[in-house]
Amino acid sequence: MNFSDYLFLFGGMGLVTYLPRWLPLFYLAQRRLPQWLIDWLSMIPVAILCSLLAPILFTDQSSRSLSLGKPEFLVAIPTLLFALKTKSLGGTVLVGMGLYWLSSLFLW
Amino acid sequence: MTEQTDPADDASWFRDGALASWPICFGYIPIGLALGVLANQAEIPVWAVAMMSVLVFAGSAQFICVAMLTAGASIWAIIFTTFVVNLRHFLMSSAVAVHLSGLRRILLNLFAYGITDESFAVNMARFRRGGWDFKRAITVNQLANLAWVLSTTSGAVIGQFIPRGAFGTDYALTAMFLALLLFQLHNMIYVLTGIAALVIATAWYIFIPGNSYIIGASISAATIGFFLKRYQDSRK
Repeated sequence: MNFSDYLFLFGGMGLVTYLPRWLPLFYLAQRRLPQWLIDWLSMIPVAILCSLLAPILFTDQSSRSLSLGKPEFLVAIPTLLFALKTKSLGGTVLVGMGLYWLSSLFLW
Repeated sequence: MTEQTDPADDASWFRDGALASWPICFGYIPIGLALGVLANQAEIPVWAVAMMSVLVFAGSAQFICVAMLTAGASIWAIIFTTFVVNLRHFLMSSAVAVHLSGLRRILLNLFAYGITDESFAVNMARFRRGGWDFKRAITVNQLANLAWVLSTTSGAVIGQFIPRGAFGTDYALTAMFLALLLFQLHNMIYVLTGIAALVIATAWYIFIPGNSYIIGASISAATIGFFLKRYQDSRK
């Protein structure tokens, strides 16, 4: 592929990625939202975070099957406890990485 | 604009944004390097990797694009797949709009570019806590963007010399999502919403190919949470 092929491909990908990022912001931020919609949207962050985490914690991602007790899940427990105790985002990232690294050295 | 209306706004907005964004930037480095290496193996030139990261700025779609190019997929198939994979940002953009109401349209247009899973999660937690505004939020978006462009491009240049997953870097974003999730659990309704999302997303992921589980489970769980809250309010 040459420069214009890549520009067309990535430009197209950029456009279809930008539209869903932009449309709600552009329309909703200028209006007064009804209370029911605000209430529903307030549930979205927790719902999205859990949806993103679920396959990482509970499934084998190469075969897309249930996998309970995998290292990602076992490491998540002390990581969550650390987050609960310290309320520190950066610290939790470092502790999670360290524990995951240790688990790969000693457990599996 | 925010300068007049927000008392929390002062010269420290950049510092606040940078402090909030470092876990994202840190987490992007191993993923960006990995993407760069794959792109390099797929014989995508370094300048094209940089161009992709600037124009698209969406991690999972870029991985899929490299895989599809390697498999010889058509340009239209790649663009359509990207659209489907990134539709989830529609929900995030809707949720963040609540905190950016009344902002000038040009600024909203700029902000939209930087909405990712990671910047969304960090900014929502901060908005909720208070003392957060547009300038701080867009600093988070754009520093994450910078880290992404630099790490993917470096991956294409030098990535093959770096061992994958060294020092648990593969877990950085997972740990960040876990912490952000914990910080959002304000009461029992949110806990139940989260449990519903975990169960639905796991089942959806196993039984339905593709990544519709993110949107499907998020909408289902948020709706369950919404009705739980309605039920709780009606009993007061």
